Amino acid sequence: MTPPDYFSRDRRWHPPAFTPDYKTSVSRSPRLPLLSLENTASEITGPTFAPTDIAEGDNDLLTNFARDGGSPIGERILLHGRVLDENARPVPNTLVEIWQANASGRYRHKKDGYLGALDPNFGGCGRVLTDDNGAYAFRTVKPGAYPWRNGINDWRPAHIHVSVFGSAFAQRLITQLYFEGDPLIARCPIVSTIPDPVAVQQLIARLDMNETRPLDMIAYRFDIVLRGRRSTMFENRMEGN
Amino acid sequence: MTSLKETPSQTAGPYVHIGLAPGAAGFDIYETELGQDIAGPEAKGQRIRIEGQVLDGTGAPLKDVLLEVWQANAKGIYAHRETPQPEGKPQQVEAGFRGWGRVISDFDTGDWQFETVKPGPVHGRGGQMMAPHINLWIVARGINVGLNTRLYFEEEHEANGNDPVLKLIEQTARRSTLLARRQGQADTDTAETPLVYRFDIHLQGPDETVFFDI
Repeated sequence: MTPPDYFSRDRRWHPPAFTPDYKTSVSRSPRLPLLSLENTASEITGPTFAPTDIAEGDNDLLTNFARDGGSPIGERILLHGRVLDENARPVPNTLVEIWQANASGRYRHKKDGYLGALDPNFGGCGRVLTDDNGAYAFRTVKPGAYPWRNGINDWRPAHIHVSVFGSAFAQRLITQLYFEGDPLIARCPIVSTIPDPVAVQQLIARLDMNETRPLDMIAYRFDIVLRGRRSTMFENRMEGN
Repeated sequence: MTSLKETPSQTAGPYVHIGLAPGAAGFDIYETELGQDIAGPEAKGQRIRIEGQVLDGTGAPLKDVLLEVWQANAKGIYAHRETPQPEGKPQQVEAGFRGWGRVISDFDTGDWQFETVKPGPVHGRGGQMMAPHINLWIVARGINVGLNTRLYFEEEHEANGNDPVLKLIEQTARRSTLLARRQGQADTDTAETPLVYRFDIHLQGPDETVFFDI
């Protein structure tokens, strides 16, 4: 029996490859159309991860690079949400990885030469597996905006990069999350690669007062949706339904 | 049934290494970095090394690219519960074979390479066999949605000729953009000495690699 296919990606919802206001995309975008491929075993399988692949505190960016007794400078946030598929079903036990600049907008990367200072207690990456309900959480600091060489005065909004696997190589996704109310979002050529303003809204983490920890840290909620899967009409099985 | 839209993709940006390969970004943070071993020493099969570059539309190599590799083992079995079960019984990969890995280009040259075992043919749709291939996913600054392609092996003439995916490529000359080229001599084959293949990926231009909407 052929396993059910994943829903086709809506390529009008995602950014197109060629988005000239984001200048690097001009020479890095294919000019010929993608060849559509029906799912085979190569696409419906994908890597899976176990709790033993990662360590307990990998999702705590407040401590995972801090020196003894140290703590990063910046706005302490709890970033949490769920990974769902397009059928609104949770995606459990999937790997979520994040990376970000520090509160000054400086990345801990040998190629980042921005004036903003490195924070000796902040690395800037984290990872976690979703639980049985597809839920995940990180503790971190809110990243700062930073300038980049695109237009002469372009600034990225505060953002966190997010990588998710799902259960199949066809679901693999990298995106960026932004923060509610940031006036730089509307001005960013990378955000604007996404043609539909409703789709942009899906990348904006919402202030979540209910999960905010009084006198400790403020919370943002960011749900991630991966490709869904067709039902198998003539089989009584759990996956995909 | 509730219907949601997929979260839109965004570029991985130039600092993707911080999250996915922090050692390359210049700092140690995790006990283990994921994606280092596609096929560990215990994995069975012919050892191979793939070398290549990803080139932009001007012919310049990308020096900030990250590739993810996904492949079957030497018997054509994926390390996943939905791998095809041709004999009708559950088949699992051997210890030490993961089939997934991460590869980054050199910051100065854009060269990348990875070592693995050559995958076996995989059962495709409708009982057709797919020629041995490695699935690749490419992300970088300037790439808004990760690009999917496949690497096939040039010496697999018969299997490639019957491969249902290669046959979908209407312009037959473009099929060769998915063939890895064998480097060196065939008589150096030993289990210990990997066969070396060259696979360059052209994002744009006359030699543009075939990319898939999977």
